[in-house]
Amino acid sequence: MPTAAARVVLVTGVSRFLGARVANALQADPGIERVIGVDTVPPAESLGRTEFVRVDIRTPGIAKIIASAGVDTVVHLNLVTSSSAPRAKVKELNVIGTMQLLAACQRSPDMRKLVVRSSAAVYGSSPMDPAVFTERDEPVEAPKSGYAKDAVEVEGYVRGLMRRRSDLTVSVLRFANFLGPGVDSPLTRYLHLPVVPTVLGFDPRLQFVHEDDGIEVLRRTTVEDHPGCFNVAGDGVLLLSQALRRAGRPYLPVPSPSISVLGDMGRRFAGLTGFSPELLRWLTYGRVIDTGALERELSWHPKYSSEAAFADFAAAQGLGHSRLTHLLGRA
Amino acid sequence: MMNARHLDDDDEGAQVIRLATAHQEESGGSGGSGGSREQSPLERGLASGLAFLRRRLAGEYEVDEFGFDPEFNSTLLMPAARALYEHWFRVELSGLENVPEGGALLVANHSGTVPLDALMLSVALHDNADRCLRLLGADLVYQIPVFGHLARKAGHTLACKEDAARLLSKGELVGVFPEGFKGVGKPFADRYKLQRFGRGGFVGTALRAGVPIIPCAIVGAEEIYPKIADLRPLARLLGLPYFPITPTFPLLGLGGLVPLPSKWVIQFGAPMTLDDYGADAADDPMTVFEITDHVRENIQHMLYEALLRRGPAFL
Repeated sequence: MPTAAARVVLVTGVSRFLGARVANALQADPGIERVIGVDTVPPAESLGRTEFVRVDIRTPGIAKIIASAGVDTVVHLNLVTSSSAPRAKVKELNVIGTMQLLAACQRSPDMRKLVVRSSAAVYGSSPMDPAVFTERDEPVEAPKSGYAKDAVEVEGYVRGLMRRRSDLTVSVLRFANFLGPGVDSPLTRYLHLPVVPTVLGFDPRLQFVHEDDGIEVLRRTTVEDHPGCFNVAGDGVLLLSQALRRAGRPYLPVPSPSISVLGDMGRRFAGLTGFSPELLRWLTYGRVIDTGALERELSWHPKYSSEAAFADFAAAQGLGHSRLTHLLGRA
Repeated sequence: MMNARHLDDDDEGAQVIRLATAHQEESGGSGGSGGSREQSPLERGLASGLAFLRRRLAGEYEVDEFGFDPEFNSTLLMPAARALYEHWFRVELSGLENVPEGGALLVANHSGTVPLDALMLSVALHDNADRCLRLLGADLVYQIPVFGHLARKAGHTLACKEDAARLLSKGELVGVFPEGFKGVGKPFADRYKLQRFGRGGFVGTALRAGVPIIPCAIVGAEEIYPKIADLRPLARLLGLPYFPITPTFPLLGLGGLVPLPSKWVIQFGAPMTLDDYGADAADDPMTVFEITDHVRENIQHMLYEALLRRGPAFL
């Protein structure tokens, strides 16, 4: 008789930063017998007692692993948010990969629990939406491109699985942008540009979740039962201009069409990642999510506010106040 | 003070000396607690100005989840608007005691072609009731560069029931202009005639949040940019709700953007408590329509009253 507690956990996307950290946190739990990590590329660092299996979740190979190892909990962290890879490939990895994985989950009689990393990007960014999104709110304009659209589709397939396997405990976590000493994302690369371009006439409200808090939420939803859909973000809000000032980054407001042109040029000639349309919308209109539901469900509070997460990131990267503010500080 | 010393024998001399010792005591007191040497008002002003500049440049201030930046609002936006409020429109307030301490929904008429009435209402409540009015604005506001984020920094947000409910649950004073563009863009000939009150969404919001409605009449905004014609094709081209022609705009070019110096009266009416209605009244359209009409009549009545009291528009 299988118990509710996770015994054999499968983590997808384990070779990337988040997957590796979550696998690490889970293998420290003595209640979990096996942690199996899968990815298409081998991990950069040793995963400890996590067993690495090189498999592409877009292939039926994933079903064989789930069946043969008797996996009862799947932690799906494979959502690719970076725009550096070709869009068609990212979409296939995100959407087709999830479909294969969920098909395998549906087939397996041992399955008990599914934890899915989604993104707050599913709410899109628009000037016509409420200032703060709760899990029940639907955006006026659904995201039409990029990983945000993938995340919406992934959530749709997860809902389909929930209908067909009502015995599963399914947690969908909509994360705000990760930030912290170890995070490398389109956002962190944007913040590292020599002069950060911002959208002229707009100052978006941003929210961040610290990597430690994100991992803790994923760990808890994996070892405890918290069915449902939850927003995950640090408390509070930072404006983009405010964040850039705190990091002492020089910034230059430019009209939004020229930002995409700059981004394109950067991608072609300077090996930068460019600006995906959803990143540009986020940098124009911003987005804030309500995390009350998660805090009530887990009886837990994020250790880092959005401000603190940003400060930790800035400190680790050696970013700080500019010379001008130091000068004024002395005065 | 140099002059005062020469007037030693006069009665006023004694007064000046008294003031001087009072000043010394005051600065001595602050010197004792702060342990710093005496600073002239200029130095203190300069120091606090520099500290402000430093905080702003270092990003060391707080904004709430709606993007409201109280420091920016009180230090930069409000003083700019206050000059207009005090010297240009010479706003006269009445019924301030009707604004309650906690959460409430303030409902006002909207006029003036350019929504300066929203700004003046914010100044009135900021300076006289120590409340930050959180207005609910049309989505168009948040699509316009600069304007949109300034509105958020001043504490305003999009007119939708989620935002209104969230603000009211935090005990904020929320303001709405139910007439919307129909009110602010109406022709000069229709001045002080309330337009249709939207779909009554504000009543549902007040009922669900269990807060009173404060009716508010604003007289004077109608005359600032008298809209005598509307270039509809141009408005459609620019995606605007209207393109106004006033006696000075576009005739005088940028000079036409200076509002006419009308005399303003802002009056707050007695709170309309909705406690008598049950929790499900918000889902009963007939009740909502009735309350909407009641609020509308109330404000129209207040408007006529305040208009009479004001007298001539520009004196």
